[in-house]
Amino acid sequence: MGKLLVIFFGGVLLNNFILSRFLGICPFIGISQRVETAAGMSIAVIFVMGLASVVTWFFHNMILVPLGLEYLQTIGFILIIAALVQLVEMVIQKSSPPLYQALGIYLPLITTNCAVLGVTLLNVSESYSLLEAAINGVAGASGFALAILLFAAIRERMELSEIPESLKGFPIALITAGLMSMAFLGFAGFRLEALFGVM
Amino acid sequence: MSFKSEFSKGIIKENPTFRMLLGMCPTLATSLAVFNGIGMGLAATFVLVGSNIMISALRKVTPEKIRIPIFVVVIATFVTTVDLIMAAFVPGLHEVLGIFIPLIVVNCIIFARAEAFAFQHGISDSLADGLGMGLGWTLALCGLSAIRELLGTGTILAFADFGFPGIRVFDQSLAATMVILPPGGFITLGLLIGLLNWVISRKSKKSQNA
Repeated sequence: MGKLLVIFFGGVLLNNFILSRFLGICPFIGISQRVETAAGMSIAVIFVMGLASVVTWFFHNMILVPLGLEYLQTIGFILIIAALVQLVEMVIQKSSPPLYQALGIYLPLITTNCAVLGVTLLNVSESYSLLEAAINGVAGASGFALAILLFAAIRERMELSEIPESLKGFPIALITAGLMSMAFLGFAGFRLEALFGVM
Repeated sequence: MSFKSEFSKGIIKENPTFRMLLGMCPTLATSLAVFNGIGMGLAATFVLVGSNIMISALRKVTPEKIRIPIFVVVIATFVTTVDLIMAAFVPGLHEVLGIFIPLIVVNCIIFARAEAFAFQHGISDSLADGLGMGLGWTLALCGLSAIRELLGTGTILAFADFGFPGIRVFDQSLAATMVILPPGGFITLGLLIGLLNWVISRKSKKSQNA
């Protein structure tokens, strides 16, 4: 239990996917103009990343390792993720057309969200168990959600402020993300292992 | 367009990092040292050239509807190749770049070029486009990582695989470690793009006045 909590809080705060691992920057900057769309995207990402962690764990440990085909990891994982995203897209289209319209072109882009492929590769390199991998996926996505929601809220405010012409848009967004990332560095002082009693 | 202009557009006019703002994750994550930047850039260039040629060659027999999965498989094949080659010949660099090598698969630059260029153009044009975009990205990575390596560690051009510790420009105690930490990456890139925007807008103002 302790180790699962370490993985979860580590993924959300200490090793935040966006702010300290640099995974998922494209959607982070691309769809953080409004809190609402950012929230929709976050939900989709949490779902896809959790699911992808579980499915790729089975794929890796039940198919690739017994057959000695680990070098097919990259190809296999990306195809699984693409299929999962397609599935989520169909579910959202049926269940919530307004959300589907709001997310528009960004939904297929989850496939190329490096956070999703990143988390599955990290699960393998850390040789996590099934439960640990699932927690890591959800934690990574929750960290993504936390960062993108905070960032979207900041950007909504920023629209009202005067920004030098050449810094408008992308540059100021990056600088803001840098300052957020600095704030998140503070979490690095936490000793999670000691806190949750695992060594 | 000629081979030369297809090649040169990726380096300045449509530079993937500074002008088109694509492929940000690896740009930020691997720009800690100049040789990391070069290694990452060349790996991506290899994939970009290979996938551009392959996709362009297959464009007449590729059904429009399933082109995306086909792109993915082609790109993933080249990425696996480069991953294995780097693990064999530059293990240190491979270790440092870590998951960002397999993550070339989901690099928007490569996908964007496959979809927007290679699928509609001939093989030699696609080759030129891939080379230009790849080198443009490599140059951008070099520039960013030169700034970060110098300010963050005080040395430049360190390359562990060749046992080269780098050239020390100023003392370690003066180095701003924050620059090689994640926040430094975001802020340096933001300021760099801002600076380029400023230079370009000044230039266009001047040419308007003249």
